[in-house]
Amino acid sequence: MKEILAFDNVRLTYHTRQGEVTALKELTFSLGEGEFAAMIGPSGCGKSTILSLAAGLIKPSAGSVTLGGSIGYMLQRDELFPWRTIEKNLYLPLEVQKKNTPARRARALELAEQYGLSGFLKSYPSQLSGGMRQRAALIRTLVMEPDILLLDEPFSALDYQTRLLVAADVSRIIRSEKKAALLITHDISEAISLADRILVLTARPARLLASHETDFLSSDPLKRREEPRFSGWFETLWKELDP
Amino acid sequence: MKHETISKEHRAFLQKSRKKTGIVNAVRLGLLLLLLGLWELVTALNWADPFLVSSPSRIAKTIASLYREGTLFYHIGITLSETLIGFFAAILSGVLIALLLWWSETLRRILEPYIVVLNALPKIALGPLIIIWCGTGSRAIVFMTILVTVILVILHMLSAFLSADEGKVLLLKSMGANKAHILAKLVIPSSLPAFVSMLKVAVGMSWIGSIMGEYIVSRAGLGYLIVYGGQVFKLDLVMAATVILCFLAALMYFLVALLEKKLVKNKES
Ligand SMILES: Nc1ncnc2c1ncn2[C@@H]1O[C@H](COP(=O)(O)OP(=O)(O)OP(=O)(O)O)[C@@H](O)[C@H]1O
Ligand SMILES: [Mg+2]
Repeated sequence: MKEILAFDNVRLTYHTRQGEVTALKELTFSLGEGEFAAMIGPSGCGKSTILSLAAGLIKPSAGSVTLGGSIGYMLQRDELFPWRTIEKNLYLPLEVQKKNTPARRARALELAEQYGLSGFLKSYPSQLSGGMRQRAALIRTLVMEPDILLLDEPFSALDYQTRLLVAADVSRIIRSEKKAALLITHDISEAISLADRILVLTARPARLLASHETDFLSSDPLKRREEPRFSGWFETLWKELDP
Repeated sequence: MKHETISKEHRAFLQKSRKKTGIVNAVRLGLLLLLLGLWELVTALNWADPFLVSSPSRIAKTIASLYREGTLFYHIGITLSETLIGFFAAILSGVLIALLLWWSETLRRILEPYIVVLNALPKIALGPLIIIWCGTGSRAIVFMTILVTVILVILHMLSAFLSADEGKVLLLKSMGANKAHILAKLVIPSSLPAFVSMLKVAVGMSWIGSIMGEYIVSRAGLGYLIVYGGQVFKLDLVMAATVILCFLAALMYFLVALLEKKLVKNKES
């Protein structure tokens, strides 16, 4: 498998007037093309920092970050622009990246159609449910044609029921588009049900504590939760996070 | 929310709330008429000296005679143009300065204490300076109007620009956006409601500025009529000019409120 994202011995130190904080230290891991990985770790350990590094928004203080493709970023809140219709929200990345061509817009509409958003194109985000909005945010990310999706706790603002359904939904879309994904989550069962590989981080400064390939029969998150090995994985990860 | 069919209960609710609005409006108007009537009565019966408190009919007569002399619209025109020029100049320069301050954090930090002091300073203290710099004509009054209004515009807009959502900034950056993109796609559109609410406050400020300016220097305008009327003890003139001012200020405020309705609809998150 070809690598699409690689962290090699990365350190990141934030400098502010209040002092310095080392968020990551000696962090090494990589992600293959089309691979769906989840990252879990104690809160505040530096997970969002890892995504900022991967997206090239900040530079590492030491070590190297290698990215072999384009990224799409999805955040905890959907961050749809309330004054734009859903359609105009989907065009936002095209406008920013100066790719606002008829062909690209048609592709955006095709994605919207394919993933059940076409009835909402003329609506404003405030008229959609939380789950629908998160789906719109995902489609907006896909409009950029990214090779790798960076997902920073994208479901944590949703209530439990919606969260399970939207997570299943998003996982299906990402898999059918054959994108690589790096999902950050606080939720162990979410990580297990969605990802093919799970990266466990230590407390700050974050290093890689363990990396597990999961061995589920299904790729459907809801079915995975019913497989017997699910609880085994849960226990393993629970113990690793809370020694 | 759209409802294809309105339930009986909802119709009753709408009727009730419409009725309530009707009552409020009627009482409002009634209160005004009552006050005017009382004022007129008290002065007609000479319980209060109309020379000191004027009266609605005397105010109307004064306005009519100003009109006949042909000076009514002259004074209104002067004050209105000073106010409007000052208002638009303050909005334009204030928004531009706020944009610059948003753009450069360093500039912001350098200028912060100056803005704070200028904001705290009672602008009327600068009256003599303004007369020396700008003379005693309309220029001085426009300058005073700008001075009174512009700080408010800067502070209001800068805080709106700076409060643009962090998450959305991050999102745009992840799409490869530069500062100009962030400004055009996020900061400006998200500041639109703040812009309109700022306009409402700025309307009031620019009237304060222009009338204050006319108090200090002018030879024409509504503020001048008020000062002049006070000096020669023509309370009718003072009241008449004040009433016209109330009317103009309210009119301008309602125009801005109308603009607000047009601009800020259907767009809350
Ligand atoms: N821009 C910044 N400047 C200074 N310190 C920062 C900055 N961003 C993050 N930090 C610090 O770095 C550490 C790691 O932050 P980060 O947001 O990456 O953690 P996280 O694992 O995503 O946290 P959470 O679980 O709360 O989402 C924290 O201690 C945080 O206070
Ligand atoms: Mg985080």
